[in-house]
Parts: sequence; C-alpha cells; structure tokens
Amino acid sequence: MIRLRLERRESTPAWLQIALPILAVLAALILCSFLVSLAGAPVLGAYGELFLSTFQTPYDVQDTLVKASPLLWTGLAVAVAFRAKFWNIGAEGQLMAGAMAAGYIGERTFLPGVTLIPLMIIGAALAGAAWAVIPALLKVKLKVDDVVTTLLFNSIMLYGVMALLEGPWKDPKTGYPNSPVIETAAQFPILAGDTLHLGVLISFIVALLVWWLMDRTTLGFSIKAVGANARAAAYAGFSVNRVLITAALISGGLAGLAGAGEVAGVRYQVTSDLSSGYGYAGIVIATLADLNPLGVIPAALFFAIIMNGADAMSRDTGVPVYLANVIQGVALLTMVAGRLFTLYRLRITRQVAHG
Amino acid sequence: MSDAATTPPDQQPPLLVMRGICKSFGAVHACRDIGLRVGQGDILGLLGENGAGKTTLMNILFGTYAADAGTIEIAGRPAEIRTSADALALGIGMVHQHFHLVPKHSVMENLLVGRPGRSGKLNERTVIERLDELRRDFHLDLNPRALVSSLSIGEQQRIEIAKALIRGARLLVLDEPTATLTPREAQGLFRALRAMAARGLGVIFISHKLGEVLELTNRVTIMRHGQVVAERMNDGLLGKVELARLMCGRELSPPEKPFLAPGADLLRLEQVSTAAGQVNLRDISLAIRAGEIVGIAGVSGNGQRELADLVGGVLPASTGQLSVGGAIVREASARLMQNLRIGRVPEDRLAVGMISSLSLADSMVLPWIERAPFSRRGVIDRAAIRRFAARQIKDFDIRTSGPEARTGTLSGGNLQKALLARELAMDPILLVAAQPTRGIDIGASEFVHRQLLDLRARGGGVLLISEDLEELFALSDRIAVMYDGRLMADLPIAEASVERIGLLMAGIEDGSSALARQPAHVER
Repeated sequence: MIRLRLERRESTPAWLQIALPILAVLAALILCSFLVSLAGAPVLGAYGELFLSTFQTPYDVQDTLVKASPLLWTGLAVAVAFRAKFWNIGAEGQLMAGAMAAGYIGERTFLPGVTLIPLMIIGAALAGAAWAVIPALLKVKLKVDDVVTTLLFNSIMLYGVMALLEGPWKDPKTGYPNSPVIETAAQFPILAGDTLHLGVLISFIVALLVWWLMDRTTLGFSIKAVGANARAAAYAGFSVNRVLITAALISGGLAGLAGAGEVAGVRYQVTSDLSSGYGYAGIVIATLADLNPLGVIPAALFFAIIMNGADAMSRDTGVPVYLANVIQGVALLTMVAGRLFTLYRLRITRQVAHG
Repeated sequence: MSDAATTPPDQQPPLLVMRGICKSFGAVHACRDIGLRVGQGDILGLLGENGAGKTTLMNILFGTYAADAGTIEIAGRPAEIRTSADALALGIGMVHQHFHLVPKHSVMENLLVGRPGRSGKLNERTVIERLDELRRDFHLDLNPRALVSSLSIGEQQRIEIAKALIRGARLLVLDEPTATLTPREAQGLFRALRAMAARGLGVIFISHKLGEVLELTNRVTIMRHGQVVAERMNDGLLGKVELARLMCGRELSPPEKPFLAPGADLLRLEQVSTAAGQVNLRDISLAIRAGEIVGIAGVSGNGQRELADLVGGVLPASTGQLSVGGAIVREASARLMQNLRIGRVPEDRLAVGMISSLSLADSMVLPWIERAPFSRRGVIDRAAIRRFAARQIKDFDIRTSGPEARTGTLSGGNLQKALLARELAMDPILLVAAQPTRGIDIGASEFVHRQLLDLRARGGGVLLISEDLEELFALSDRIAVMYDGRLMADLPIAEASVERIGLLMAGIEDGSSALARQPAHVER
C-alpha cells in the first residue's frame, strides 16, 4: 500500500526555491489547456504562439523587455512591501503618482534640458513614495487596515488623474484627455532598436540593487524581521513603525519609477490608460517570485511574454487574449498552493498491510 | 523492549500495546524497537529528554507519522492508524501542549467542531449531557456558554480534555500538560486524571517534571535516544535521582553555588510603577548586585512578565527611577538596555525571543545585526554571522541540522540554549532570565543553570523569574515574591523557606494575617 504524507522540513533547499515557480507555471498551463481546447484551438499550437511569437524577431524581444520593465518595478515594489507585511495593493496608484510627477517635470521648459531626466526620476520616486506613505502612516498611527487604504487610494489616484486630464491638464494641442507631450530632452534615450529605452536598463539594474538591499543590508534584515514577527523584532530593538514606514517609502518609490519609465520611455505623456493593471500584476509577480527580488526578474519576463504573446495567439488561433490573464491568475494559485512544499516534504511510503 | 508485550495479568485486554515500533528520519533513528503498554486504569508516565523519541512515538500513535515497522494493538485487536481520524475512532485522544481552540468562540462551539469520533452524532444536547457526566465523574467543570478567550489556561486545557472524552476517548495522551499551569490548576488536572483512571480509562502523561510524574503515575516508561531504557512501577521506592539518571544516562550533580560577596549595584529600581502592561507594577524597589542571582517567585500573571519587560526596555516606567551600573536610565528602550549590556531571555522563546521563520543564524544575531562583525555601515557580513552561529551551536551543544535550519524547527530546550547563547555572547553584566527552564528537559535545564551560575561567578548579576521553586531555591542568593504587581518581600536565601514563599505567593504577608486576605490572582 502506498501512503502519502507531509513531513516538516528543517530548511528549504535552494533547488526547490527555483523549481517551484517553474512547476507552478507549468501546472497553470496544464490547467488552462482545458480552456484552450474549449476555444477550439490546438493546445500546443496556441501555447507555441503564446510563448514563441515574442522571440521571432529582435523587435519582439525588445518589446518584451520594454513590457517587462514596469512589471519589474511593480513586482519589486510589492516584494519589498509584503516582506514587511505592509500589504501594499496600491502599486497601481503609486505608479500613476510617479507618472504624473514625471509628466509634469518633463514639460517644464524653463528647466535645463540635461536636468530633466534625473529630475523626472527623482520626482517620480518621491511622488510614488508619498502616495504609499499615507496608508502606511494611517496603519502605524491609527491602525487603519492597509489593504483597504492602499486599494482605495488606487481609485482616488486614477479618477484624480482623469479629472485633471479632462480639465486643467488637457493637452491644448490635440484636445484629447492626455497631458501635453514632454520635452524631447526629457525622453529616455533609446538604447537599441527603436523601443528599448534607458528606463528598461535602469529597472533591471535596480532589481539587483533591491536584492542586495534586502539580502545584504541591515535595513533589509530589519524589514524581513519586522514582517516575520513584529513583536520579536521590537523586543530585539528594532523600531517596528519606522521599519514599516521605510518599507512603504521604498515600495512606493519603486512603483513610482514604473510611472516614470512609461511616461519618459514609452508614451511621452500621461494618459489615464497608462498602467493597464501593472500594479495588480506586480502582486502576482512578487508572489510568483516568493518575494525574492531576483526572482521578480524571470517572473516579470514571463508575464511580459504572455501579455505580448497573447495578441499573436489570438490572431492565429482564435483563443481570446484574456487567456493570458487567466494563466496569470491560475499561476498565482498554483504558486501559493505549491509554497506548502517549501515548508513540508511529501513522503511516499510503501507498507505491507499489518506489516 | 519485549517484556512490555507479554500477556497482561488482568482479565481485560490492555487499552494499548505497541510492539517493535521503529521510525527513522533520514539517518536519524527517532524510535527503535519501542514497546509500550497501557492497561485499563493505568496512568503511564512517559519520560525522556527532548529528542528521546516521545513525541515521534505519540505522533505514530495518533496517525501523524507512519511507523517504519511495528504493530499497534488497541483493546486486544490489531489496529492500523493512518490518520488522526482513525486514532479518534479507536478511542485515542490527544491533548497537545499548545491548544487547538478558537478563542473567539464559545466552549460549546469548540466542543462541536470536528469529527465526532466514536461518539456518533454530536449536537448541543448530547454535549451538555456529556459535560454533566464529565463534571460528575471527573470533576471537569466547564461552562459551555463561556468564550474561550475569557478562560484561564487551565480551563482551556479542560476543553481539550472534554473534547477528547466527549468523542469517546478511552486512552488520553497529555503532552507536557502542566508546563503552563499554576500549581493549583495542576492539582485540579491530577484529580481529574485519577478519576478517569479509577473508571478504567488509560492515561499517558508526558512530562519533564519528575515530581509530578512520581505523584501522579502508577508506572513509568523512560526513553533515551529513541529506545526504551527502563520501565518501572511507581511503587513508592522510585525516586527523582534514579529517574533523572535513567533519562540522561548519567548522574546529575546539583549545581554548585560557592559563596560570593556581592559587589556594586548593577541594576537598581526605586519605587518604579508601570501603567501599560496587563498587570501594573506598583512601587517596585529592587537592587541586583554583582555576583548575585535574585530570584522572583510568584504565580504567573502577577507582574513577572511586566518586570522582565521593564528591565528589558520594552515596557516604560510611569513613575520611579531605574538605574544601571549607577547611572540613571531616563528613556529606556530595548536598544538602550542592550547597549547597557543587559541580556534578556524572555519567557516566550519563539513569539518574542526569536523568529520562527528565520534561519537559526539570523535569529541568533537578531539584536546584534547592527554591530560589527555582523554588519559594517549597514552592510551585512553573511560569513561572519554563519561563523558566529556555528560556534555558538557547538559551544552550547545546540542540536540542529545547522545554522541555516529554520528557527521554528528547534525543540524548546535547544531554542532556549540558542537564546542564552545569543544573549551571553555579548558579555552581559546582567541577565534577565524569565522562566528559563519552563518546558525543557533535565539535561538542558542543568545546562541553563550552569550558565547562570557561571555568569554569577564572573561577577555578573541575574534576575531569575521562575515559577519553579526548586530552581529558585537552588540558584538564588535572594528571593523576592511578586503578588498583584507588588514585591512582597526580598529575603536572603537563608531566611526563605518554601512555606513562607508559598504564603507570600498567595498574597499573605505573614502567618498572623493569613485569614485577613484572600488570594485574588491564584487562578489566573
């Protein structure tokens, strides 16, 4: 007779931490293949389009990297916040705050051209951080639930931006509800091809920096300690509130930089559809990465691939583009379920009855 | 042991016979050829140090682990226990050290939750009927309408026991049931267990407290390194010394406490009160001098935790003055107290002392991470942390797979050693040790005691907060008693007697006024 049991692990092996998200994604694909066949398309053909169409030309690869960049920012933002158990669901709003700051600075004609890009980057980070620190302060001072405030702050920001774009900030040249186009000097230089902008490079470098911050600095250590057990961290001498506020500032700043990247590198103006859910996708990406900043890189790339590939798949096989969203959602579930195996191991024992 | 499995002399088949039980985890043999027997009316004491295999054996009995080999017979019939539901259906009930109750629900709701076991259907009426039986037969008094969160630890434990009995348990396993009980609550538990045994139920009582085992049980099985090393009838001839020797495999010598002339004040509290804890400290004056261990006795919940937190810098004083090494401390904080070289071993090892999800190495540098060599200018040196942890693991004989093991997987005794290793590493002048040996085995306790005495010999001071009077009398130079947030007395050890301390713990200042006051906090 074969019996399956879960036994507790003393520590999680490194190979498992890498294998787990891959297995979670594979499981999600297998589960979603049911939907593909329901849409009347061959499963392998559809998945082939979904993944491989983004590697067909150098342009496709560039597009994927450009798409991955905001996901990287928001994924990192959520990973840092969640480590401290600051439940930042508000990367979407913080991204918009950063985009507004970047868009506003980018059209200031009185500023010297060379200062525009650095100022936009700093301004976007500060704006994102400011938008994130309000819910953090409410949590620390008044014990207001951070999930609710960060989530609702997204709506405040989105509709606030829309009101501005419909009114005082409307582009006078076109009359569309978009902000005026930023100065040429404020646009991120294109590094390769025709879309790969400076912001993409910065986001990948920052991902490494965030990993270093979380793994190799006392600040990262304190964030992890406070998140894992605030009472023990306070007893050990950490100022729990200060650590939470710091984590919120870093998280909001990272999300704000996603906005700067989209405004200065892609759109060159603020539009209300700037984000298309990057902030929420960041939650799934961070979870898939098990909150490890290095893991956020492949997770963001994976998301970018299926988001871009979904169009090609839909065109060629007729499977709706929404399959990409379903895969994202299912991958979140399989990852959360699979996390069990980082704490427990499955033991298979064979036993002779009454042996 | 094979003689455990021979035919029992009594007519009824024994409730439980385990034969030849083996279980290994990787290369570690947790259980080797274990035999165990519990007859009707038996209260079996199961003794052994941490890691001796008691918990593994009980997990096999309860279906949490599968044995690699061996058989289990319940009431004379071979049984296969694959899940806890199987165990329940066979009449085995388990009361864990940590309760599995929903605090915001009523006693009734907690009793109704879960599988019915052997009892058939459970509903409010049957539960009330059975609660009446339990009250009548076993003195297990429970108000089904009370909220669990409003109950004392002892009452919560009664719910767990009632849960098992209502589901038809004939054999009750209790893992360290008295670790968090007051002496009076423990006596209540013993009365209930004896009544159960008198009605033919069986009890397996797992404990480190040898006195309680001798008081309660009729037979004792002792395990060491995964094997049964002895079985004894508790016939009045069995003594603590022999049990301790069997458990540890060596003679334990009582710690030596040479006379030391106390030095200068290390810590001084003058008329200190607090207002933020669960119990308010009131006008505490206390001094601890170099080379002195000051014991604080008292029933749990009379302000001991607050006293430890006050000295640890996490509970502010509302009035009064605290000074360390002669210097007045105005704005106390955890960090400041650490910097003043006050070591702190909190009573809640895993919830307050360490972080269960971090690696042991990270838990062991938790308060020191901002110091060199663990970090410089905010940048952590992983290799230095690992080296430090590995050295402390070796020096303090902490049993773990290594510095990277998750803190939460360590046993209580090893956690306590790790905590002590962490605090002693920074060479404290004063150590606040709260319940340092609660729930840990004799070998580890002896180790902890030696460390405290070594610190004293080096000219350090110890504030020892304990509910174990034996420990307090063995180690302390002076004993003070806490009652209702106040220090009742501060006696040199030569003037203290167990009787006098016991009265003070109940809030009675001296024999003459014994009738004038009722102890208000004993049941807490």
